[in-house]
Amino acid sequence: MWRKINLNLFALIFLPVCLMAQQKITGKITDSKKKPLPGVNIAIKDTYDGASSAADGTFSFTTDLKGEQIISVTLNGYRPFEQKINLNNPQVYNIVLKELISQLNVVTISAGSFEASDERKGTVLKPLDIVSTAGAGADIVNALKTLPGTQQTNDREGLFVRGGTGYETQTFIDGLLVRNPFYSGLPDMPGRGRFSPFLFKGTTFSSGGYSAQYGQGLSSALILESQDLPERSSSSVGVSVIGASVGVDELSKDKKGSYGVEADYTNLGPYLDVVKSKFKPSVNPEIIGTSANFRRKTSSTGMLKFYGYGNWTHMGTYHPSLEYPGYNELFELRNQNVYTNLTYKERLGKGWRISSGLSFSSNTDDIHTDTLEKTAPTKIKNLSSLTQARVMFTKSIGYYSSLRMGGEYQYGVENGAFNSYHANYTDNYSAVFAEGDIYLTPQLVGRVGGRVEHSSVLAKTNFAPRVSLAYKMDAYSQVSLAYGDYYQKPEQQYLRFKPNMDYMKATHYIASVQRITGNYTLRVEAFYKKYHNLVKTSPDTSNGGTGYAKGIELFWRDHKTFKNMDYWISYSYLDTKRNYLTYPYEVQPDFAAKHTFSVVYKYYVPSITTFFGATYSFSTGRPYYNPNLPVNKFMTQKTMDYNSLGLTVSYLTSIKKAFTVFVLSVSNIGNFKQVYGYRYSADKLRREEITPNIPRFVYVGMFMNFGIDRRQDVINNL
Amino acid sequence: MKRILFALLLSAGITSASMAQSAQYEGAMTKQIALLDDYNNFNPEKLQELANTFERIGAAEKTQWLPFYYAGYCNVMHAFLEKDQSKVDAIADKAAADISIADTLSPKNDEVYVVKSLIASSRISVDPQSRGRQYGMEAANWQSEAAKINSENPRVYILQGQSLFYTPEQFGGSKSEAKKKFEIALQKFGTFKPASSLAPHWGERQAQHLISQIK
Repeated sequence: MWRKINLNLFALIFLPVCLMAQQKITGKITDSKKKPLPGVNIAIKDTYDGASSAADGTFSFTTDLKGEQIISVTLNGYRPFEQKINLNNPQVYNIVLKELISQLNVVTISAGSFEASDERKGTVLKPLDIVSTAGAGADIVNALKTLPGTQQTNDREGLFVRGGTGYETQTFIDGLLVRNPFYSGLPDMPGRGRFSPFLFKGTTFSSGGYSAQYGQGLSSALILESQDLPERSSSSVGVSVIGASVGVDELSKDKKGSYGVEADYTNLGPYLDVVKSKFKPSVNPEIIGTSANFRRKTSSTGMLKFYGYGNWTHMGTYHPSLEYPGYNELFELRNQNVYTNLTYKERLGKGWRISSGLSFSSNTDDIHTDTLEKTAPTKIKNLSSLTQARVMFTKSIGYYSSLRMGGEYQYGVENGAFNSYHANYTDNYSAVFAEGDIYLTPQLVGRVGGRVEHSSVLAKTNFAPRVSLAYKMDAYSQVSLAYGDYYQKPEQQYLRFKPNMDYMKATHYIASVQRITGNYTLRVEAFYKKYHNLVKTSPDTSNGGTGYAKGIELFWRDHKTFKNMDYWISYSYLDTKRNYLTYPYEVQPDFAAKHTFSVVYKYYVPSITTFFGATYSFSTGRPYYNPNLPVNKFMTQKTMDYNSLGLTVSYLTSIKKAFTVFVLSVSNIGNFKQVYGYRYSADKLRREEITPNIPRFVYVGMFMNFGIDRRQDVINNL
Repeated sequence: MKRILFALLLSAGITSASMAQSAQYEGAMTKQIALLDDYNNFNPEKLQELANTFERIGAAEKTQWLPFYYAGYCNVMHAFLEKDQSKVDAIADKAAADISIADTLSPKNDEVYVVKSLIASSRISVDPQSRGRQYGMEAANWQSEAAKINSENPRVYILQGQSLFYTPEQFGGSKSEAKKKFEIALQKFGTFKPASSLAPHWGERQAQHLISQIK
């Protein structure tokens, strides 16, 4: 190009100057790959004279102007081009425009993580996807179980990721750790997440290799980012076969602040009168929930947010005794949970930002059980509370690079009582972290960081380095690598009795390739994870456990091929073994399946304004412990394969002024038998299947909203 | 004395230059607006070309809001006509950049708010499920802001009618309500006098076209 312009200059100097009243300017505009660019705006700067380029990139216009001028060439998505020109001669300009580096073609760190966000382009999921997954029941964790890396472990609490236990996944809201993200439930039941997906504008699920900002999760982090101000005030009412809810969200007149309150009441009694559960309830399962939020813009860039949540649960079952046939065992639970979170964000100028937060939460489980002995009920009481403060500073460097640093402090109280026996402890945990996202080019980014943690109950300090790398090959494809060390305190029930243990440790190695176009997403990821210092409880409690997990995962999503239809498919292959708790040596643990497969399907029929959704999940059988087998056959038997098909139909309409939606949702519609494992009696003679308490759930509900069209939310809520 | 003379000379020079500019401006704008009014030019290529021309006029004039207003209008109409959904956001961004200049040059202008409402609506088609609520509401907000400033502006009623027309009934749309809005719009066109021959005057044909589709 320069040569061309130089030639023009030569022409200008050596050719006889012919003075014409009008000067003709012609040329051609191309991109850096010599592809012609149409619709380019070519102008003599700050004058009317100019033209738009045609389909073949050529342009031509005349001007009365003379002498030195500036030619300006602009096109959306390209770097504006300006050049001094002399108008005393006919001019030919062949100009190459450089593509502007927009957010879309800058690489982002992606190994191990699935992000759902409206704000960032090129994410794999939208926030709505999290909640519109049929059969997930508006539970974030249930929806995430359709993504690769997760296990269909529906008989215990938590998200089981890549050969890790539920405890190895931590939940964070606006950077702050949540001590009890799940409802306290009954034995053999999945824990349902406490927080509604509608509280969050962004959800990031990391199945490994995540940032140094977060700690105390060996396997996975669920990172939730709360909503900002609502678009307008509204109120809502919902009624279903299991309960009712009301809510108000009020946006202030100046549109700089808002508050909201919500209350819900759930009682499964009437439902269980009609549809019998496997175990007889000892009380009608009852949940009372309330929440309040307050948000205020403190400046054009500052935001203060408060969220508070209170919840009371009462439930219980009679369970036919395995030890004493003919007898029933009681398990009854009362739970109280309070969660509060106050955060503040502001820009400090010169590229600095601060985000800080305070949080207090407390959880009480009151359990009455005669499971253990055929005598008077045993009283178990667990009280945990967590108070924490966190601050993080971010500094932008250049166009894309940034540096993060911060610290956090947590004061945790863990009180446990077993009848009159108490085992309590407190922990002062503190951590500092620093991390840089360094863009070597817009297509190549490296993230280097580390985290130092100290826990007073362990009286030990650790250092966890984290490194990731991502390279964008073209506008749609990128490869990523990640490595990191992750530490986590042993579970409360072990620390309670043996405080001076060591951190458990996992080292992650991840490689992934992904391709995201407007029409489809394809992702393939391979990982290797090495466990050290896992907790052993036999022969005695120690950090002597070891293990590994490795596997390969696939994700495919297509929402354009078929009109009104969207689907995604996940497949995970997992090879994992561990020696922990009472295991005699490394074996595939009882929560891990080798193959897991999910399909999520969504279809909308505009003529009847009805959404149909289906989710199918499959996993191969999980090992279970049969005490009748010799020790060298430990965990060699497997349960049957797991199948589940959930269906949701929602119909949208208006009743008077209220936007209304009717919903029918059925879980496990095929009534597939689901066996999660077996439990043996102490004499090894009898065993029982561990199966869902309510194998198929039919949900019918109606939701009305005044002032704001939230029907979309409600449909997706199921 | 010299200084006063100089100042006089200077101001005279400026006046004559600006008068010349003004004649050029009127001429160029009239020509381009006539092109825009011609329905044959209502295609993506031509609209982009018109937007480019309006942007050049705006850049030369610096103080006139109308060129940027029309550039924004052409771009947003291009966004509506664009079939490749992955390009819509970039075109809408361009329209938004134009209209924000117009907004700065002429604050609290109902016509500018009308285009802002259009820009929000144009973004919905990219991902109606995720975006319908957010941008639908933003569009409605700009419509009501425009109506607050000038309730006689027929284009406000056209937008309100269009929202009702294109939204399925179960989502709160209504063809009969839309018809009422179009009728108000047409009635307002009867009395509406554009501030000048260059001022926005589009919409009457759209309203008639849509009303003819309602039985």
